[in-house]
Amino acid sequence: MSLSGANPQTAPPPAPGAVGEASNYLSHARGPLSWLFTLDHKRIGVMYLVVILASFLLGGIFAMLVRTELWTPGPTITENATTYNKWFTLHGAVMIFLVIIPGIPAALGNFVLPIMLGAKDVAFPRLNLLSFYLWVTGAVCFLLSLAMGGIDTGWTFYTPYSSKYTPTMVIPALSGAFVLGFSSIFTGLNFIVTIHKLRPPGMTWFRMPLFLWGIYATAVIQVLATPVLGITLLLLIMESTLQVGIFNPDMGGDPVLMQHFFWFYSHPAVYIMILPSMGVVSELISVHSHKHIFGYRFIAWSSIAIAMFSFIVWGHHMFTSTQSGLMNTIFSAITFSVSIPSAIKIFNWLATMYKGAISLTTPMLYALSFIFLFTIGGLTGLFLGTLSTDVHFHDTYFVVAHFHYTMMGSALIGMFGGIHHWWPKITGRLYSEFWGRIACGFVFVGFNITFFTQFVMGSQGMPRRYYNFVEQYTSYHQVSTIGSYIMLVGFVIMGIYLMQSLVNGRRAPANPWGGNSLEWHCTSPPPHDNFASPPQVGDCYDYRGWEYDREIEGYVPRTA
Amino acid sequence: MSHDQQHDGGQHPAHLQHHFDTSLQQFEAGKLGMWLFLATEVLLFGGLFCAYSIYRGNHPEIFHYGHQFLDKILGATNTVILLASSLTMALAVRCAQIDRKGRLQLFLALTFLGGFGFMVIKYVEYSHKFHEGLFPGIGFDYEELMRKEEAGRRLRADEANAHGSGGDAEGLPVAEIASAAPRERSEMADAPRGPAGLAAPVVEGGHGDGEEGGHVLPANRPENAHIFFSIYFMMTGLHGIHVLAGMAIIAWLFFRARKGHFGREYFTPVDLGGLYWHLVDLIWIYLFPLLYLIE
Repeated sequence: MSLSGANPQTAPPPAPGAVGEASNYLSHARGPLSWLFTLDHKRIGVMYLVVILASFLLGGIFAMLVRTELWTPGPTITENATTYNKWFTLHGAVMIFLVIIPGIPAALGNFVLPIMLGAKDVAFPRLNLLSFYLWVTGAVCFLLSLAMGGIDTGWTFYTPYSSKYTPTMVIPALSGAFVLGFSSIFTGLNFIVTIHKLRPPGMTWFRMPLFLWGIYATAVIQVLATPVLGITLLLLIMESTLQVGIFNPDMGGDPVLMQHFFWFYSHPAVYIMILPSMGVVSELISVHSHKHIFGYRFIAWSSIAIAMFSFIVWGHHMFTSTQSGLMNTIFSAITFSVSIPSAIKIFNWLATMYKGAISLTTPMLYALSFIFLFTIGGLTGLFLGTLSTDVHFHDTYFVVAHFHYTMMGSALIGMFGGIHHWWPKITGRLYSEFWGRIACGFVFVGFNITFFTQFVMGSQGMPRRYYNFVEQYTSYHQVSTIGSYIMLVGFVIMGIYLMQSLVNGRRAPANPWGGNSLEWHCTSPPPHDNFASPPQVGDCYDYRGWEYDREIEGYVPRTA
Repeated sequence: MSHDQQHDGGQHPAHLQHHFDTSLQQFEAGKLGMWLFLATEVLLFGGLFCAYSIYRGNHPEIFHYGHQFLDKILGATNTVILLASSLTMALAVRCAQIDRKGRLQLFLALTFLGGFGFMVIKYVEYSHKFHEGLFPGIGFDYEELMRKEEAGRRLRADEANAHGSGGDAEGLPVAEIASAAPRERSEMADAPRGPAGLAAPVVEGGHGDGEEGGHVLPANRPENAHIFFSIYFMMTGLHGIHVLAGMAIIAWLFFRARKGHFGREYFTPVDLGGLYWHLVDLIWIYLFPLLYLIE
């Protein structure tokens, strides 16, 4: 691995551009073709990270358009209601299908999973590259749909509006989502086989870091739920092109059937979004508290439990869609119980922090934000899972606030925490901790101003997806919009210091945070082959073997 | 393919990929991967079968009417062909395992031919339907169907007159029958297209092709009868696409087998391709009775 033969953890990191710098996966081969045809999981992960962050920018632009339009009760920046409908549809579709669902598994999981596991690569590297190109193809279909005027159906594509009455061209978007689904399926398949078959000797299931349990549970959902989305989208495409009629009440079809199919995937999908993020948080809380994770097995099994429960609660999206009282009650009861494994995780994380030596690093701030925001998101889910209150909250801003607290405040915050945690490993550079914390502050404060207001607004009856609204909600909307601009500042700052770190950031030591999972045992950035020989597997949450070395601003193995 | 074939001084076999430690590990990983993929295919088709079940539960009259347009003989032939091709595929895997390279190529070729035969019969069925105007969705030609029903009714009325009064319902005028609602009517709102048809079966007048000749058009055409054909084309169409993909895989295996890639140490692609083909066969085993056989 290291050319000089020196232990990569004790040697100080070379000055930028110095000769004798160890060969790593970035310098292993050069030129665009070495990236476009790579089979290296680390390069594929990096490519995913770039395109996913670009999609986040696109989805974010639509979000800012929506929030800006809602500054006044009447038309603000567009005279056309359909245009507004397109903005919120594209915000949702881009964020969900292009950013959050692939997000952590594709960008961070691809990079970290094999190294954390002790393997040389994922089980099927070519399938991994195919997954990436399927993502790109799906994204191109979405962009095509955008170029053809966009879609105004809402990301949920309810029929018969989406199949018969909308003037917008839904077929490219549906096709894009279909292709993206296969990207997700193949990634999940790859990860399941990797975890089952490529663990080195000594890496038993219960020695794996909890991030891998999170990724594994996610992969199970990806493999089982996404095909149902696939057939739903195919049926929708058939409805749209051929007017087949199975979702069209005019032809004896059932539009609620489409909702069942759609939510059968889309509810497990939200757990695809949150489980990897929870896995990240398990790592962040433990490493940055310098304390062994509390309740490892509980956290591990809770991931599996969440994955299993996620398949049997989809009806809670349809309480007001003519489901029978009995079905409603059953779905409501099971929905309550799905909160239990999630709560188990929160308590274990808090117990992990208790009496730990907490470093308020940027990743830790994101992890702490996650705990706060997910608690709110999760608890408000209970109000939505309760039939009597859901009747009032359904299709109001209460729902919007709930899912932003869970999807953005939790899943995305966890992703950004993970990006900051593994940034030194992936890039070999350190970003500015000072600006990292500032940006996190802007994002956290801005987020709460934006979305907490929406809980209040929703409980007072403000409907979602409305282009214009009545006067009484104006001040709420304006507060919410101001919050969104504060968040924007945070993300802009983040973009700037991350870019800057790539240009002239300090070189990262192998172990800047003092973690003990296997990725911290190799150089930053890792060598091309990850491990020359199968690594020694110990307790990945036992940090006593490391001590801080001021010179390299990182941790080195404790001597004696 | 893999970039590692030249290094290591031939320490590991050519087929062993760089990130695996042993051939067995690679084989087991491949198997697990393929079974997971088959699970996704089952869920994909499962959604479609679910839609079929629900629609059939709501509108059994459409299925009762529509399945009479399907030729059971052709469907059964297709079933036998696919089953036989599954047999030849399994034999191909066995031959790969025991180094019988010539037989391996033979069985792969036979399996491919089975798939090809299936698609030929599918082509015959589809083209016959398109010829009759029975397209999926908005392409469905009700006028053509009604014209045939009218022609058949007139033909039978003439025959009945020639033989004297028949004493059965065949001579009833079209208008009267059209106003009598089909027995098992759904609660859904009236459809804007697809008027109900004649109450009695009529012989399709003078329109015989080579294969099906003057067959009997079913009675009691319900509203929205065309939806049966949409469902039929969607289910068999998606299955047909999978058959074509399977044929492409088998062709690829055949050419690799010719180059001698497979033997007792390495037959994984044949094994995994076989698993996929068996699933494609299995899906047809479900499709055939659900569409062709149940009354």
